Amino acid sequence: MSVNRITDETIEYIGILAKLALSDAQKEQAKEDMGRMLDYIDKLNELDTGDAAPLSHVSAPENVFREDAVTNGDERDALLANAPGEKDGMYVVPRTFA
Amino acid sequence: MRPMDMTAVELGTAIREREITAPEALQAVFAEIDRKEERLHCYITLDREGAVRRAEAVQKKIDAGELTGPLAGVPLAVKDNLCTAGMLTTCASRILGNFVPSYTAEAVRRLEEGGMVLIGKTNMDEFAMGSTTETSAYGPTGNPWNAAHVPGGSSGGSAAAVAAGECFLALGSDTGGSVRQPASFCGVVGMKPTYGSISRYGLIAYGSSLDQIGPLCRDVRDCAAVLEQIVCHDTKDATSVKRNDTDFTAALAEGIAGMRIGIPRDYMTEGLCEEVREPVLAAAEVLREKGASVEPFDLGLVEYAVPAYYTIAAAEASSNLERFDGVKYGYRAGDCTGLHEMYRKTRSEGFGEEVKRRIMLGSFVLSSGYYDAYYLKALRVRTLIREAFDEAFASYDIILAPAAPTTAPMRGKSLQDPIRMYLGDIYTISANLAGLPGISVPCGRDGKGLPVGMQLIGDRFSEKKLLRAAYAYESARGAFGICEEVR
Repeated sequence: MSVNRITDETIEYIGILAKLALSDAQKEQAKEDMGRMLDYIDKLNELDTGDAAPLSHVSAPENVFREDAVTNGDERDALLANAPGEKDGMYVVPRTFA
Repeated sequence: MRPMDMTAVELGTAIREREITAPEALQAVFAEIDRKEERLHCYITLDREGAVRRAEAVQKKIDAGELTGPLAGVPLAVKDNLCTAGMLTTCASRILGNFVPSYTAEAVRRLEEGGMVLIGKTNMDEFAMGSTTETSAYGPTGNPWNAAHVPGGSSGGSAAAVAAGECFLALGSDTGGSVRQPASFCGVVGMKPTYGSISRYGLIAYGSSLDQIGPLCRDVRDCAAVLEQIVCHDTKDATSVKRNDTDFTAALAEGIAGMRIGIPRDYMTEGLCEEVREPVLAAAEVLREKGASVEPFDLGLVEYAVPAYYTIAAAEASSNLERFDGVKYGYRAGDCTGLHEMYRKTRSEGFGEEVKRRIMLGSFVLSSGYYDAYYLKALRVRTLIREAFDEAFASYDIILAPAAPTTAPMRGKSLQDPIRMYLGDIYTISANLAGLPGISVPCGRDGKGLPVGMQLIGDRFSEKKLLRAAYAYESARGAFGICEEVR
């Protein structure tokens, strides 16, 4: 049993954030997997990171700018060819509000 | 010499000198595919007809003197997370099972511009998440040297295809070792260049602060030749770096006299298989004989790299994979009454278990209340790990290590215990966390005949040093060869 106990509420919330529909059995499995992984990640707490700044990116932290100019052509038909649902040059999705 | 015994550069030379044509070279590759692919399953998509057309068109340009590059006419395989216009690109996932990109990844485009002939898309772990190519939604790939073993991952199809002669050269991607580890397991050369060196335009993102495209090759010279064509600044990738030191082939012959090589003591301890340790240390001895100084040192923080990496990679994956929602491309679940139900069903049915595990972990470590304790903590540890490498490179030109703690495991043994599988990445992931280049070169075999890889890691932008050392070792070692018959 893992030290990190993932509650039903937490796994429910993670399901919403991750946009995943989980069955009850999958929720139990996810609770166990995540608990074990967090136990392992807790190893990082052994380290005193002091005032070390978080390193989100290894490149130089400078913005890269470019002119806001359109360089590609009209690819609408090619892009829509991949759409699961398409009508009149637009994406079709299920009803979004009642 | 048979075409299949040539390296990519040798084949390119033979094509330029009219000893063989690009369509003939392609047929030689098809013959190997016919003999081996059924057992190995290196490819998700093979486009034979298209490849024949492309080879004929390339040959015309070669004949007309319009294509003169070292790799013109040489067949190429590409990992299935690199977009190829008009050719299925699945990421080995059900969710992209019908995705046909409208554009080609910059790295692939540059190789095609140089006359390479794309033949197909190679198998991989789903969304590059895995170390065995067993999480692919389209079935696993076998290791050519023993098909009961995995080829490594996540670029396992690319590595196996090169090792089996099912192509001459392949592209992969390396987020935590996904080029270097399968190269090691399959007995080919695999390199992850410095972060930002190769444009990732058209690479389907996994962990954006870690991802880098890299080649899988028959030898170090092939590796240098392909890097010369794809290491290039690209405004379409905001992390792309401008470099002027890309004459990699010319650097090969410079030798390694006086080069300082350090071996981390904390890499060579518990958990390292004896059948890996011995050939790696023997390879270090060869480098010493060639004029390098080799000594052990303490790198530090080694046991923290894996937990830091998996926290960061999962966080970035959960964000990057938000885009797969069943709206614009790929799989969409049926019978949904509302939009949000469609998102959730599509993603639950479209993603495999390992991908979902990482998305959920990533969502958790980024969520309010846990962000500081997990995600920021991991990023702070990442700073310390980079500093440990900076300190090492003040004393050494190159860090020498195994690519993986073991040789290729048996198929079907790795996925039950994810944390144990993650620990297999211990020697490769730090290079991704710190943005460093690394190369894996075959240096021996275990008792079963499975290859062992030596890894060389350098400071940022030190690819030439790595290639020089790898080339010096390879020249002393002699040919490793491709796998004639799948066992």
